[in-house]
Amino acid sequence: MEPASHVASIIAHSGGAIGVAWLMIAFPLIGAAALLLGGRASDKYGHLLGVLMAVASFVVAALAFFQVLGFQPGERRRGVPLYDFIPGIAKVGLLVDPLSISFCLLITFVGSLIHIYSIGYMSHDPARRRFFAYLNLFVAAMLLLVLADNYVGLFVGWEGVGLASYLLIGFWQHKPSAATAAKKAFIVNRVGDFGLLIGIFTIFATFHSLAFADVFSAAGGASSGTLTAIGLLLLVGACGKSAQLPLQSWLLDAMEGPTPVSALIHAATMVTAGVYLIVRSGPIFQGAEAAQLVVTIVGVATLLAGAIIGTAKDDIKKALAGSTMSQIGYMVLAAGIGPAGYAFAIAHLITHGFFKADLFLGAGSVMHGMNDEVNMRKYGGLRKVMPITFVTFLIGYLAIIGFPLLSGYFTKDGIIEVAMEHNAILGWLAVLGAGITGFYMSRLVFMTFFGARRWEPTAHPHESPAVMTWPLIILSIGALGLGAFLIIGNRFMTFLAPAVGAPEELPSFNPFTATGLVTLALVAIGVAFAWFRYGAAEVPAVAPRGSFLTTFARRDLYGDALNEALFMRPGQWLTRLAVFFDNRGIDGLVNGLAAFIGGSSGRMRRIQTGFVRSYALSIFVGAALLAGAWLVVGNL
Amino acid sequence: MPWLSTLMGVSVLGALGVTLVRNDKLAKQFTLVVSLIVLALTVGMAVQFSPNGDKFQFVETYDWIPSFGVHYGVAVDGIALVLILLSVILVPIVVLASWHDAEAGKRSVRTYFSLILVLEAMMIGVFAATDVFLFYVFFEAMLIPMYFMIGSYGGAQRSYAAVKFLLYSLFGGLLMLVAVIALYSIAGKGTFMFSDLVGTVQDVTTQKWLFLGFFVAFAIKAPLWPFHTWLPDAAAQAPAGAAVLLVGVLDKVGTYGMLRFCLELFPDAAKFFTPLVIALSVVGIVYGAIVAIGQTDMKRLIAYTSVSHFGFIALGVFAMTTDAGAGATLYMVNHGFSTGALFLIAGFLIHRRGSQFIADYGGVQKVAPVLAGTFLVAGLSSLSLPGLSTFVSEFMVLTGTYQRYMVPAIIAATGVILAAIYILWMYQRTMNGPTAESVKGLRDLNAREKFVVAPLIALLLIFGFYPKPLLDVIHPAVKDTLSSVGVSDPAPAVPVAKEGQ
Amino acid sequence: MTTHYLVLSALLFAIGGVGVLVRRNAIVVFMCVELMLNACNLAFVTFARQNGNLDGQVIAFFVMIVAAAEVVIGLAIIVTIFRTRRSASVDDASLLKH
Repeated sequence: MEPASHVASIIAHSGGAIGVAWLMIAFPLIGAAALLLGGRASDKYGHLLGVLMAVASFVVAALAFFQVLGFQPGERRRGVPLYDFIPGIAKVGLLVDPLSISFCLLITFVGSLIHIYSIGYMSHDPARRRFFAYLNLFVAAMLLLVLADNYVGLFVGWEGVGLASYLLIGFWQHKPSAATAAKKAFIVNRVGDFGLLIGIFTIFATFHSLAFADVFSAAGGASSGTLTAIGLLLLVGACGKSAQLPLQSWLLDAMEGPTPVSALIHAATMVTAGVYLIVRSGPIFQGAEAAQLVVTIVGVATLLAGAIIGTAKDDIKKALAGSTMSQIGYMVLAAGIGPAGYAFAIAHLITHGFFKADLFLGAGSVMHGMNDEVNMRKYGGLRKVMPITFVTFLIGYLAIIGFPLLSGYFTKDGIIEVAMEHNAILGWLAVLGAGITGFYMSRLVFMTFFGARRWEPTAHPHESPAVMTWPLIILSIGALGLGAFLIIGNRFMTFLAPAVGAPEELPSFNPFTATGLVTLALVAIGVAFAWFRYGAAEVPAVAPRGSFLTTFARRDLYGDALNEALFMRPGQWLTRLAVFFDNRGIDGLVNGLAAFIGGSSGRMRRIQTGFVRSYALSIFVGAALLAGAWLVVGNL
Repeated sequence: MPWLSTLMGVSVLGALGVTLVRNDKLAKQFTLVVSLIVLALTVGMAVQFSPNGDKFQFVETYDWIPSFGVHYGVAVDGIALVLILLSVILVPIVVLASWHDAEAGKRSVRTYFSLILVLEAMMIGVFAATDVFLFYVFFEAMLIPMYFMIGSYGGAQRSYAAVKFLLYSLFGGLLMLVAVIALYSIAGKGTFMFSDLVGTVQDVTTQKWLFLGFFVAFAIKAPLWPFHTWLPDAAAQAPAGAAVLLVGVLDKVGTYGMLRFCLELFPDAAKFFTPLVIALSVVGIVYGAIVAIGQTDMKRLIAYTSVSHFGFIALGVFAMTTDAGAGATLYMVNHGFSTGALFLIAGFLIHRRGSQFIADYGGVQKVAPVLAGTFLVAGLSSLSLPGLSTFVSEFMVLTGTYQRYMVPAIIAATGVILAAIYILWMYQRTMNGPTAESVKGLRDLNAREKFVVAPLIALLLIFGFYPKPLLDVIHPAVKDTLSSVGVSDPAPAVPVAKEGQ
Repeated sequence: MTTHYLVLSALLFAIGGVGVLVRRNAIVVFMCVELMLNACNLAFVTFARQNGNLDGQVIAFFVMIVAAAEVVIGLAIIVTIFRTRRSASVDDASLLKH
């Protein structure tokens, strides 16, 4: 595969919706500003304004998408220059191409649905207007991230979504746990951003440009060592944002935020930014095999780790968060494979955006009906009282475990097939992950919707209002059919080809490969096992102690403990040491000098006895010495 | 029109006028009006500045002490212009923010506002001076109003802090005086004019000694690690407005001096000492950030963040690339806005509760959302969030440094992570969580305070997305400086074929 | 020729100096100071004679004037101290320290 040989060049100057693609970012940005500055007066219509801005952005994205479709495949990459951002370093512009427009559609469509859903979900919250402002801010930043035509613009969006995520995780900031989780998310993300920043510096030092067009066209001329370094640094950034090992620990805590946030930011869109970065930087990674290998290893490790964490959580949102980690691991794995995997990575990203948002919003709907209870051991038998939630959740569930003909079946199995061809070990580990997915998702569904009712006496579960169920229905339709639409006939791969390249020969879809059958069998075993443990059997109200492995999974594979032992404790110790050193060492030296001078002057003044005759004596002695000295010198 | 003299003249006359007004309230309003007039005049001057014209513009030169070749010489280039703009923008904001700050002081309210205007004249003068001796005079004279502002209107430990500030600065200033006189006599030109002194000292050993004389003074002023310990005391004890002028403008004289005097007068010595300065800067960045994390006092914490930020500025100055130099200059401006906002909002908070200790707060967000929101924005600017102007400058400094000094740039970039820790942890402890009993009755920002904060945040946002106007002015000046030092930017390893974006 | 005058001048000066150092009474100290001044005058006049010009004599006049002024101020101080402390000992007036 020649790096980037199939990638079309960028055509500047476009009219129509593409020419005003910046409106996509401007609408939600204006919304956020208006809502934040609007004050109490805009409380009444604030949420509607937020929804309107998200939908307006979606309309622009859709128009731009159809405009892109109307071009010849070779002319589908359109640049929209905006202005000179940092003279000498970066001009900012937008790049509308099949890759970015796919993201725009996902972000604005799922984003709009989640805005609508939030009207219902947050209806009792006094700060609902602020919530919508933050959601709008997030949408704007995320669109900037995917639309920017250079690394600085991308980084601005990248940190912008980090800020929105911080604000939204900590939305209920009066809870110390939420405030801590928000801070943790931001700081862990910053560790990733540090890597990304250094990567950007390296790119600039190497190419003296940060525009994608310049960098990718010149990437072939750089040494593979440089490209590997850049690739690994970008991967660090991707790990932070996409909660990949070893920077995964923030995502589980991020579930402190309101559920729509978990659905939009921490499942459907923001956490996939790392996948976007890797796919977008394809020409760099394709010149750096070592970096690609590390990407695939990180992907596989995370997909297993996430799945294992998912099996042990009783908190419905945390179980789903583990699942998100795991699914993004699949995408990263595919993105590390190269052009053969890009289409599957992005396709899975899109279908995952739909079914995971569906699952999270379903979980939110359940919580909404259950007094915000998140412990699945206190659910059970909810399928009767929440029929719409149940059905839509079931579709999302079937999609994620890869039930034949649903979305996940096409996209995830596509990734597994590609991985198997690329490297058998990675492939089999991915298959194993699919089996565990079957288990933990079934466990979640059985504990929530089946079995005996283990509700708290105060719980009166009820179906959620229409404003919340309609988004669920729409999302579940996507979960149902989007995978087939994208994958059959390589529709999506051909569409993406001008932006990211495509393999020499397009894969043909074959439902009966050996890998596919084994995967299905493993998933079936997982589901059956879950049924015996959680569907057919009684679920204890208090979690049993479980084996060492269960504890291992429950404690997030000791990720937090490791961070605490390796970074937090030594960090606190270092901080105390530094403060002590500053006060006693440096400042102590200065104050010590001052005290020394003060003290010695105190001793010196004792010489001033006040007796005139002793002064006179010293004058005489001095005069005699001077005269003597003069005599000696004069005689020389 | 003698723009620069007019600016200083208006400030000084204003300062005199304030002392004549009998009524405190009238005196405050008068000060505000004078500072706004100075701001308007400066803007009027700035729009006439042509970035690609002469290096120094609005030149005025008169003999002052002819027998020694001392001149009253003022002029601005791009670097000085943006710093003067920073100063005159901050002064009216500080005046408005300090409306009630001087009332608890030992001396009269009018004196405080008069001192602010005197200081303003000196800040303009120190950046505009083109005569090394005149620069020295302003450099030292600036200490006097600030000494009184800290010593007479500060917190409980004010006299300790004021004396420490004065002694530190005087010590550095005297070293500089020795170097100035030595430069005068070694150059043998019989003049103190900066432009005549450039390139006169050829001997490298002499350059090194003179460089050290200037550099130590500037390193204390900036302050660079390990000369920084006066800053936390001074900033924590000074009233919030004075702290803003101290950290926001006065300290910039140090980094400005490095860029203007250390580099241009002693290019060979500057190159020789670059590794040392870069090491000090990098240590300062990391060390300042770590010590900031461990602070329990809000104002001291902000002061230590500045130690870290000054490390970035010095790093940018001595990396000697166009990007880093321009970034460092822009950093000086942005840091003024960012730290200014932080100090002022922290000041509002402290004024309400009467305590500087972080532990005395908690859950303020609930009772004073606007205060908390603006504090967060100011904090985010301190951690260089993209979209706020501080990001642009930090990015430029690091990119520029990385091209020449990779490892220092990487270590410095860890400051990005540490900044997130110190800011967000402070924010969490003061603003988040359950509302502490003692802050339950706290009022939110009033109209005056909103007027103080709004322009700062607006500037941070505008220059965060569109820094070009400032950079267009800064770039030619920095290029000129670097070319007189005799360095050129490193070339890219893989040049990109430019075919027009 | 003039050596004898100079020796006398040195002797007078030394006597005066020792007196200043060893005597306690302010008045005596004062007179010893006068003695030293006059020793100097003698030396000046001697040198004037030796060198054949008037410089030394002129300076001797200056010294006399200074000595007169000193007597006026010094005696006034001593009298004031004596009035308040009832003592003319220089060792008692040691408050001007620290």
